[in-house]
Amino acid sequence: MSALTTGLSTAAAAGTDIGNPWVNIAIFGAFVAVTLTVVLRASKNNRTAADFYAGGRAFTGRQNGVAIAGDYLSAASFLGIAGAIALYGYDGFLYSIGFLVAWLVALLLVAELLRNTGRFTMADVLSFRLRERPVRTAAAISTLAVSFFYLLAQMAGAGGLVSLLLGIDSRAGQNVVIAVVGTLMILYVLVGGMKGTTWVQIIKACLLVTGAGIMTVWVLSRYGFNLSDLLGAAVAAPGSAGEALIGPGAQYGASEVSKLNFLSLSLALVFGTAGLPHVLMRFYTVPSSKEARRSVVWAIWIIGVFYLFTLVIGYGAGAIVGAEVIRAAPGGVNSAAPLLAFELGGTILLGIIAAVAFATILAVVAGLAITASASFAHDIYASVLKKGQVDPDGEVRVARLTVVVIGAVAIVGGIFAQGQNVAFLVALAFAVAASANLPTIIYSLFWKGFTTRGAMWSIYGGLISCLVLIAFSPVVSGKVDPNTGASLSVIRDTSVDFSWFPLENPGLVTIPLAFFLGWLGSVLGKERGNEKRAAEMEVRSLTGAGAEKAVQH
Amino acid sequence: MSTTDHGRSGPAGEPPGGSGPLDGRTPYQEVQDSPEFAALRRRFRRVVFPLTALFLFWYLLYVLLADYAHGFMSTRLGDSNITIGLLLGLSQFVMTFAITTVYVRWANKRFDPAAEELRQRVEGVR
Repeated sequence: MSALTTGLSTAAAAGTDIGNPWVNIAIFGAFVAVTLTVVLRASKNNRTAADFYAGGRAFTGRQNGVAIAGDYLSAASFLGIAGAIALYGYDGFLYSIGFLVAWLVALLLVAELLRNTGRFTMADVLSFRLRERPVRTAAAISTLAVSFFYLLAQMAGAGGLVSLLLGIDSRAGQNVVIAVVGTLMILYVLVGGMKGTTWVQIIKACLLVTGAGIMTVWVLSRYGFNLSDLLGAAVAAPGSAGEALIGPGAQYGASEVSKLNFLSLSLALVFGTAGLPHVLMRFYTVPSSKEARRSVVWAIWIIGVFYLFTLVIGYGAGAIVGAEVIRAAPGGVNSAAPLLAFELGGTILLGIIAAVAFATILAVVAGLAITASASFAHDIYASVLKKGQVDPDGEVRVARLTVVVIGAVAIVGGIFAQGQNVAFLVALAFAVAASANLPTIIYSLFWKGFTTRGAMWSIYGGLISCLVLIAFSPVVSGKVDPNTGASLSVIRDTSVDFSWFPLENPGLVTIPLAFFLGWLGSVLGKERGNEKRAAEMEVRSLTGAGAEKAVQH
Repeated sequence: MSTTDHGRSGPAGEPPGGSGPLDGRTPYQEVQDSPEFAALRRRFRRVVFPLTALFLFWYLLYVLLADYAHGFMSTRLGDSNITIGLLLGLSQFVMTFAITTVYVRWANKRFDPAAEELRQRVEGVR
């Protein structure tokens, strides 16, 4: 059996130098050229803070909804989920459900109220009626932490994608590509601000959904548009997980701990999305809460349909490409969708899908960069350090400078993280967003008794507990692949093992803890809230009175 | 030029976190204490809280089933390759789309007009 497997993988490995890297690069170059032109056009009227951070609040709900989808659907959710479905079947599908259902939290509880209350950042809302400096500082730290983890994961992923799609296998070559991605990101955000970033995300979302849609129809047409036949072919494909593909458990069902892990991840996904700062910031780019609502509706439909596409693409890759070939390809799981594209449409479709995957990374990192720079310039520099005594131009100058710093950090971090086991970073970003951000957002919007102390305890408690539990989890040390004996942890030395927390995602503990701390901190203190600000916040959040208007040029 | 670029103060003319005008109450407080606003808030919460409870319940139930009831979820429907698990998973998509549609219809028709009236009341008395 093992000899057979080895033979198959060698054959597969020989056959994986597929497509033409130059076609992939040319199509990606065209994307960069088009988006740069659009960004340059959008860069007129980019002077004020509302222009730079929020695109003048002049996007329509539909445009913003498409951009949200472009911001949210990362390469991990396209290549990663399609690949997980191809190899593990149902369990990959489970993952996408959490990513979608989470948007109901944003729609029902967060988007409109946040749009009505804040100006540019999440911290605007959290510090609205509490003591501003400590709460704003805490919210900014948590924003920067989430953005940094997410950004690092995207940059490291770019390196892996390069070896897969452009045939660049050398470390140096991959580092160059990471530097190019980082530089383009800085350029987009610096020149285009939120307006330019939004257009990049809109273009990318259209390409991604169209590309995935074409592949979906193509796959289905091979099976007479009969989903059951497609599933049957995936189950019957040589080297597949067989029956386990169409039921749960192939990936998460191994042990009691892995089941708890999955539960923990599911909680982090559903509560984390509406606490992701780069998602929240997008709600400020529309003129009213009604448009914010509309943007979430568009985002939900696009994201939902897209995940239905990935279901077909994933099973299609399992059936048509086969699990053995996918496992043996340079990108492993991530190569399922590109391999399927090549199998279906040859070099051209592969080139398009490869370019779309790159565009995806670019759009997501640009969104993260503008969020992190806004949080630093608006929250920390202007509000906390300068106590609001700074002209908007100065604030935007600092924001632009921050973009350059963040870009440099992302490039260096991406180069270091490359080839490391950093897949956990996205899950960690969601866990921090769900623990440190969401409880405070919900409490400050819905609970009158919430106090500054409650906010501090909840934000820092959620953030620190996430980091500590991750540090002492198998993610960082002591996880060994039982088959190969290779380390699956960040610390590659298998003799080092200081893990005592069994779960790889801390959400199951940290989310309830952060909600509890927020409540406890609030009921223990004797803080008398600012009644006038509290009244303003509540009335404003529900009616939109006094909410920020669109910029008129 | 926009109204949003003049400094950082809110519509009541007070800095964020400040104590506001010393004399009397703000228009926001007047509206907050009005029965109309209480009704609006009650209406909003009566819709969004049950909807939130509903989708969280269905999502968590689904996650627990997928996590702990493998046999049940892997049951095939008839002689097709479609399983109960796949169907329940697709039901999460249907639920998300349905709740979105229901909420938006309600918000556009019922919530917005009432909120708009109160908004004008606050902004009108400035």
